[in-house]
Amino acid sequence: MRATPLSNCERRFLLRAIAERKRLDGRQCYDYRNVRITFGTDCGCCVVELGKTRVLAQVSCELVPPKPNRPTEGILFFNLELSPMAAPGFEPGRQPELLVKLNRLIERCLRNSRCIDTESLCVVAGEKVWQIRLDLHLLNHDGNIVDAASIAGIVALCHFRRPDVSVQGEDVTVYTPEERDPVPLSIHHMPICVSFAFFQQGTYLLVDPSEREECVMDGVLVIAMNKHREICTMQSSGGIMLVKDQVLRCSRIAAVKVAEITELIQKALQNDQRVRKEGGRFGFAEHIPSQKITAFKTERTAVDTNDVEEQVEEIIAKADPPSEDFAKPILHSPGTAQIGEGIESSWGDLEESDKGEEAEEEEDSEAAASERQQIEREDVRTEAKDEPIVLSDSEEEEVVVLEPQELPRRTRTQATPKQESTSKKTVNRRRKKRAAR
Amino acid sequence: EAEGCCLRPFSCEQGLLSRPDGSAAFVQGDTSVLAGLYGPAEVRGSRELPDRAALEVLLRPKVGLPGVGDRSREQLLRQTCDAVLLGGLHPRTGITLVLQVLSDAGSAPQLLSCCLNAACLGLLDAGLPLCSLFCGVSCALGPQGGIILDPTSRQEQ
Repeated sequence: MRATPLSNCERRFLLRAIAERKRLDGRQCYDYRNVRITFGTDCGCCVVELGKTRVLAQVSCELVPPKPNRPTEGILFFNLELSPMAAPGFEPGRQPELLVKLNRLIERCLRNSRCIDTESLCVVAGEKVWQIRLDLHLLNHDGNIVDAASIAGIVALCHFRRPDVSVQGEDVTVYTPEERDPVPLSIHHMPICVSFAFFQQGTYLLVDPSEREECVMDGVLVIAMNKHREICTMQSSGGIMLVKDQVLRCSRIAAVKVAEITELIQKALQNDQRVRKEGGRFGFAEHIPSQKITAFKTERTAVDTNDVEEQVEEIIAKADPPSEDFAKPILHSPGTAQIGEGIESSWGDLEESDKGEEAEEEEDSEAAASERQQIEREDVRTEAKDEPIVLSDSEEEEVVVLEPQELPRRTRTQATPKQESTSKKTVNRRRKKRAAR
Repeated sequence: EAEGCCLRPFSCEQGLLSRPDGSAAFVQGDTSVLAGLYGPAEVRGSRELPDRAALEVLLRPKVGLPGVGDRSREQLLRQTCDAVLLGGLHPRTGITLVLQVLSDAGSAPQLLSCCLNAACLGLLDAGLPLCSLFCGVSCALGPQGGIILDPTSRQEQ
C-alpha cells in the first residue's frame, strides 16, 4: 500500500499557519496532546495514547546465561515495531529507516541512561541472569512516535513484575505467581523523550508535532530527561543548525513537560495498583467506553446446549441458500455497466404517482385531451396485464390495494412493458409541452 | 453443566484508530485482539488479481516474531474473509487486514475465535461489501461428552 503524498497546498497552508502561531488542532506552540495510559490484565502490558498516536508495550522476562564479558549483569532487549496498521505506508516486508532511527533512540534513552538496575537481575553469577525484553508496537501513527514509545516503555517497565527467585547453593527455584508474589524491577529514574520540531530554518518551534506537522518540518530535536532535570539523551536530526540559546530553551521546556508527564505516570500506576489490590476489575475491557455508539459490552450470556443437533438442523433448514455469484457485468453502452438484475422497486404504486402527475398536467396544459385519453388507455391496458386491479380516472370507483408481498419477488423483466409505457408517456408529455409553446 | 453453557462477558469497540480505514477491538475475558483494515487500495503489480480484490491478512503476536501457529491462523482468516468479501466489486485492488494481539490468555482456540470476531467487526467498520457476517466461538468437548462453550484455560486443561 502506498502512503498518500502531501500536497503542495497542504504544505503551504501548514507553514503559513505555523508562521501565524496557529496549529491545526488548536494547541499552543508548547502544548502537549492528552496522554492516556491504560493497563492490561497481565503485568507489564500497557497502551499509551498521545493524542491519536497509540503504542502498545509488553515486558517479558526469561532466564538465560549472561553475556561473557558481563557475567553479573542482566540483559535488556528493546524492540520497537511499526505495525502495518499504523499508517498506510508501513509494509510488513520493507521497513523504513525511520524504524532504525526510532529503535536507536529508544535504546539510548532506556539503556544508556541506566534507569534499570541490571545488577539486581543477576541470579547466579556467570550462569543465570534475567533477560528483560520490552516489545513496543505502534498501533496508530499520528505523529511523535518517540515520545509515546518512551512513555509506554517506561510505564510498562514500572508495571512489570518478575517471578521471585531463591538460590540455595546450586539449586535455583523460580516461584510461580501463586506461590510467591512477583517482584517489581528496580528502576532508578524514569527517562522520558520530548520532541521539538523546527520550521523555517529554526525560526519556529513546536512541541509534540502531529503527523501533518512532521511532514513539513525542517528537523527535529529529541531530548530525553527525567524529573530530576538530568538529560539522558539528546538527538538532533534533519540537518538543522541550532543555536545554543535554542537548545537551552528546549531543555527548559522539556524539564517542565517531563515533570508533568512523570506525575501523570505515577498517578496511573498507583491507580492500577490500588484497583488490583482491592480486587476490582482491571484490564482493557474496562477501558472500552460504555456509552458510545461504536462500543458494545455484554455480561455472561447463557446458551442452551441441550438438543443441539435438533436446533442446528432447524436453523440450517430455515436459512436462505447462499446467494449465487454475481453474473458478468451487462454493458448497456460505453461507460455504463450493470451487475445483477436487481429487484422490483417497492416504493409504492407507480400508477398512483403517475395519476398525480396526470392531474398536474391537466392543470398546466389546455391542449389535446385526446392524447391524454390515449395515454390513460395505454396505462390501463398494461396494468391489466400485470396486476389484478382496474384503474380509472373516476374517484367514485373503489381502489383496490395491492398485496405488499407480491411486489418484491418479481424481477425487472416483467416490469419492462410498464417502463416502456412510462417512457412513451414522457415522450408524449414532451410533445405536449412543445405543442403548448 | 450450568457452567458450560455460558459465554463469558465480551466487549468490542469500532473505529478507535484514526489512520486505518476500518478498525475494531474485541475483548473476551483475558484475550483481546485489535484489527486494522486498509482497502480497497492500490496494490503492487505482482499481487494484483484481474477480477477481484487481493486480500492480505497479517497477525502479529505481542512478543517475538510471528510463528507457525500465527501463519496457520492467518491462512484460516484469509479463507474466511475471502468467502464473505464481495471481491468482484473491487478488481485489481488490495485489501490489507492487520491483527494485533493485545492480550493472550494462552489458549489457541480462544485467540482464533477472538481474531475472527475482530476481523468481522473490522470489515464492517471499513464499509467493505460483504455477503454475510461471520463469528467465532470456541467450544470444548467435556470428558463425559458434554459441550463446554467458551472454555477458560483452566477448563481446557
